[in-house]
Amino acid sequence: MSEQGTEPAGEHLSQPVAAARQGQGQVERQGRVESQGAIPERFTNPGLPPHVPRSADLEENAARRAERQVATLFGISMVATVVFLVAYFAIDPATYQFIPGIGQANLSNVVLGISLAVSLLGIGFGAVHWAKTLMPDTEVSEDRHPMRSSQAARRDAVETITTSGAAAQLGRRPLIKYTLGGALGLVALPLVVQLTGGLGPLPGTELATTFWRKGMRLMRDPEMTPIKLSDVTLGSVFHVMPEGIDLSPHALEEKAKAAVILISLPPAAIQVTKELDWSVDGIVAYSMICTHVGCPVGLYEHRTHQLLCPCHQSTFDVTQDAAVVFGPAHRPLPQLQITVDADGYLIAAAPFQQPVGPTYWERG
Amino acid sequence: MKALGSHRRHPAAIVVLLLLGLVATGGLYSVLDPRAAQAAVSSATDVTSGRQLFLANCASCHGVNGQGGKVGPSLAGVGAAAVDFQVGTGRMPLAGSGAPQAPQGKEVLFSDQEIANLGAYVATLGAGPSIPDSADTQGDGNVAKGNQLFKTNCAMCHNFAGSGGALSQGKYAPSLSNVTGKHIYEAMVSGPQSMPVFNDQNLSPADKNDIISYLHYLDQSKNPGGLNLGNLGPVSEGMFIWIFGLGLVIGAAVWLGSKAA
Repeated sequence: MSEQGTEPAGEHLSQPVAAARQGQGQVERQGRVESQGAIPERFTNPGLPPHVPRSADLEENAARRAERQVATLFGISMVATVVFLVAYFAIDPATYQFIPGIGQANLSNVVLGISLAVSLLGIGFGAVHWAKTLMPDTEVSEDRHPMRSSQAARRDAVETITTSGAAAQLGRRPLIKYTLGGALGLVALPLVVQLTGGLGPLPGTELATTFWRKGMRLMRDPEMTPIKLSDVTLGSVFHVMPEGIDLSPHALEEKAKAAVILISLPPAAIQVTKELDWSVDGIVAYSMICTHVGCPVGLYEHRTHQLLCPCHQSTFDVTQDAAVVFGPAHRPLPQLQITVDADGYLIAAAPFQQPVGPTYWERG
Repeated sequence: MKALGSHRRHPAAIVVLLLLGLVATGGLYSVLDPRAAQAAVSSATDVTSGRQLFLANCASCHGVNGQGGKVGPSLAGVGAAAVDFQVGTGRMPLAGSGAPQAPQGKEVLFSDQEIANLGAYVATLGAGPSIPDSADTQGDGNVAKGNQLFKTNCAMCHNFAGSGGALSQGKYAPSLSNVTGKHIYEAMVSGPQSMPVFNDQNLSPADKNDIISYLHYLDQSKNPGGLNLGNLGPVSEGMFIWIFGLGLVIGAAVWLGSKAA
């Protein structure tokens, strides 16, 4: 497309500009400026884009129309405010009404909400429309002034500091300097100590132990009634908490660790000896806290004897001592050893033999 | 007799003979067939007719004596409650094989009396949960207690508002909206498919009534905000606000920054 010596179509650049451009490593060809790869000495300021006037600046009719639009928006806002005030007293907060697009909704909520929204948005949209159409829109540039002070001011400042420092006798009296440094340094310590001390007590064995102790009865959650062996029929599932946990000082935190699911399996289906030993007639108790991130694993599918965690779909096979058969969990669920007491209630024969829940650094 | 015999080649003779034969057959059948005379429908369950319904519709998968087979499990001990639930909601007879679980049928294939008879027969195969007392399925219990029980025992599979949820490998816990109290009770007490058994010692009949009350309350409840978007929590609500809410916000931002005409 580049042909030497042909007349360029379109606008032809003037001679001085063309020469200047050549000095910057640019060549004018066919009305376009092409760079030849050299970096110019100085980039020319392209300036602001050409100002496009708005219709409200050009015609008075358009300006009056814009004024009417702004006034309408403000007027709508006023009307909506009045509607809000009337509706606040007039509409019974308990009435429900069919509103197209929303269905049966609380009428008071909807009317108050929409009227308040319209009244505020009316002001906002009106102000923005006013600014866009009628307020000045010429481009203005702000100058940046040099921030360096005058030479005399700088000299005066240096002199003030040095003479005042000498007058305070700081140089002559080093003891003041050292003790001042010590006092100012130490005063930061109460702040730091309170910030770190206020983080609370160290966890200790909290992560490794649960509320379960030997002999505690298994209680139905949420009624907290004990479970008799005869209550548990084949295929039953009970959600279990230890006895007395709702009265403990940190009940919620304890419950988050101690949740147990009690499942009744046919004893012949259990394939791991330890699981059978820790069960009662095929009734097994497993921790409900997933070993992946700690969601409660409550979804028991009793045809396949699998426990599914709803969060990330870790699946545990209850007939194989809750081994992981699918999903991101790495460790099987800990089993709670249970037995029956003299009155026929199910009790824990021992606490959990390993920490429940997700892995943590010190778990080992 | 000669007069009758002289007409035996009359064209109407064959019609008369056919008519005589039909009348004779019908009369003999109505007299000799033992089943034909039952006119009144009895309200008591009939184990015998239940057995016949079973043999005709269920025995091919569940065995002639309900002992189970390759495809269908044993029905000994499931009780009349399980039959009333499975057949009454159309899940049984199973419509097609290959699905991970029996879907709720589009129509119930048997009348109430037939279902009752079938249940009575299956109950004789082994002791199991019976059809619940209607006082316990009314749904007039404590809704708040029902919510608490539902949250602990049911919500992990069926969603906090009974909208249903996914299980592994294509199985699912169905939605509980607009299910009769009787069927809810029977499902809890018989533990269909993947659902575990919640017997009457785990959740007492009053507890089950509370749960039914909670679910029926949800069916009728008016959401103050209008549409509940399926009670799916942040999934549907998030999609709504990302599409409509954020769309409006972006539109407003574009309008704010653009120059007036």
